Amino acid sequence: MSDMTDAAVPRHADSNVAATDASGHQRSARNTLDVERVRADFPILHQELYGKPLAYLDNAASSQKPRPVIAAMTEAMETYYANVHRGVHRLSQVSTDHYEGAREKVARFINAPRTDEVIFTRGATEAINLVASSYGRAFLKPGQEVLITALEHHSNIVPWQLLRDQLGITLRVAPVEEDGSVRPEAVIQLINENTGMVAISQVSNALGSVLPVRQIADAAHASGIPVLVDGCQAIPHQKVDVQALGADFYAFSGHKMYGPTGIGVLWGRHDLLTQMPPYQGGGEMITSVSFEESTFKGPPHGFEAGTPAIVEAIGLGAAADWLEAHDLEAVAAHEHRLLEYATERLSAIEGLRIWGRAENKAAIVSFTMDQAHAHDVGTIVDRAGVAIRAGHHCAQPLMERYGLSSTVRASFGIYNTEQEVDQLADALQVVKELFG
Amino acid sequence: MMDELRELYQDVILDHGKKPRNFGGLEGYNHLAQGHNPMCGDTLVVYLKVDDDNVIQGVSFKGKGCAISVASASMMTEILKGKPVAEAETLFNAFHDMCTQDDPQLPEGVDEDAMERLQVLSGVREFPVRVKCATLAWHTMEAAVHGNEEISTE
Repeated sequence: MSDMTDAAVPRHADSNVAATDASGHQRSARNTLDVERVRADFPILHQELYGKPLAYLDNAASSQKPRPVIAAMTEAMETYYANVHRGVHRLSQVSTDHYEGAREKVARFINAPRTDEVIFTRGATEAINLVASSYGRAFLKPGQEVLITALEHHSNIVPWQLLRDQLGITLRVAPVEEDGSVRPEAVIQLINENTGMVAISQVSNALGSVLPVRQIADAAHASGIPVLVDGCQAIPHQKVDVQALGADFYAFSGHKMYGPTGIGVLWGRHDLLTQMPPYQGGGEMITSVSFEESTFKGPPHGFEAGTPAIVEAIGLGAAADWLEAHDLEAVAAHEHRLLEYATERLSAIEGLRIWGRAENKAAIVSFTMDQAHAHDVGTIVDRAGVAIRAGHHCAQPLMERYGLSSTVRASFGIYNTEQEVDQLADALQVVKELFG
Repeated sequence: MMDELRELYQDVILDHGKKPRNFGGLEGYNHLAQGHNPMCGDTLVVYLKVDDDNVIQGVSFKGKGCAISVASASMMTEILKGKPVAEAETLFNAFHDMCTQDDPQLPEGVDEDAMERLQVLSGVREFPVRVKCATLAWHTMEAAVHGNEEISTE
C-alpha cells in the first residue's frame, strides 16, 4: 500500500536545502522560506475577489489547505476508505493503517514520547472539554482552583466554568499586562495549595502574545500541578515540542495548521491518561459491554468513542508532514518578518492603534482605528480583496480588559507576503478616505 | 470598489454614525430592550416611552456599534417619534424587506416618506453580513415593545 501514501508526501520536502552546496551555508539557507513555492501548493490563494487578488490574513481563525492535504483526503475517499478498527476486510485494515499512521505522524510532529498519547478530537475545544470533563471530574475537588490567564480564548474559559458549576471549584485568572504580555510571576504567584490545574494558552489568538509556558509549567510542577496548554496559535507557526514545553496536556486544532476542520488533538502524558475515566461512552472505546457493566480501553482509543473523523485525521497527518518538511524555524522567521513589516506599515497610519505590543509575539496584529469601527474596516478592506477578522475574537474578557468591544485582526501564515501587507495598508487608506 | 463602498457609506449614514441623534437614556421611558449582535459583540439599548393610546412619545438609544448600526438606530429614533406602535412595526417589516430583497413590495399604509429616508441604508443588500447591523436597532425596538428585554440577532 506504500504507493497510496505518496500523495501525502510533500513534493519539495527538501527544497530548502536544495540550493546549498556547502554545509556551512546550509543553516542560513534552511532559514529562508520559498514563499512562492509554498503558495503554489494552495489552489485557493490564486484567485481574485472583487477584481483584486485575494490576500488571506485570517489565519488565526482558520488556515487554507495545501494540495498534499487535499490529495491525502481525496485519495482516502477514492481508494481505501472504510470504518477503522473493526473490519476483517481489506479496506478496513488499510483505513486503520492510515488512521493510526496519522497518529504516528502527529506524535512525531509534536515530539510526543508515545504515539498512544495522541487522542484525536473534533478540535482544540473538544480537547479542552475532554480534560475538564474527564480529568476534572475525577481529580478536582470542591474548593480547588483552576488557574487560567486573562487572555484565554472562550474555549479555555467556558469548559472550566461548566466544571465550576458542577463541582464547586473556583476559576482564578492571572492578569495580562498593558502591552498584552503575561508575566510568569503574575501566574506563578497565584499558584497555591488549592490549585488543581493550570490551563494557559501558548500564544494569544487575539493579541499574538507568546506566554512563558515553560516557566509557569516548572512552577506548577514544583507543586505537583498539571498544566494544560492551548497550542492552537503556536502549532502552525513554530516548532512545538510538548516535552521541552513542559506541558502535561497539549490541545490544538487541525484546521489552523493547514489541515481539515473537524479534527484536533489532545496530547496527554500517558500516566495521566491511564488514570482518567472515559469522556464519552459508545462504540470504539470499550473492551466489553454487558447490561450490567462495561470495561474500557486505555488511551488513546478509550477517549475516542464512536467512529472517528477518519478522513480528517488522515488529512491532519498529511498537514503535519507538509509543515515539517518546510522547516518550522524558517516558517517562524518568515512570519516574524511579516509581523515586523506589518507593524511598521500599520503604525504609520494616522489614527490606527495596535493592541498587543508584547516583546515576544506571534504574527498577529490586532488594531483599532479612530475613524471607523472594526466592522466597517472589515467591510472596506474586504472589497480590496483582504480577508481579516473584525470582532472580539472569542476573547471577550480580554477585550473588556482594554475597554474594547472589538478589534480588527490581521493574522499571518506560512503563505503570506509583504505585498499582502501592502494591500492591507493601502485598503486602510480607503477607510481614512471614506470616514475622514 | 469606491463606488460600491460609497453606496453603502453614504454621507447621511456617516453623519448619523458620527453624530447620532437621540443618543442616551430617556427620561420616563416605559419600554426598554437590549439588542446584541454576537458577530461583533456590539450592544444597543433602545428606550421607548409609549402613551396610553399606544403612540411612541419618545425614543432614544445608547451603545456602541459600527457606522451602519449607529446610523440605523439614530435614524430610527427620528422616524418613530410620534408614531403609533403598530405603524412602527409595519415600518420595521418594510425596512427589513428593503435590506434583504432586491425589489421589495411596500406594505399598504406604510409611511412612504419614512421609507424614502431609510432608503440610504438599502446599500447593505450588497453586503449580506451587514444586514444585521442595519436591522439591530429595529429588532431591539420590536423586542422592547413586546416586553422582551434582551434579544440577539443570531
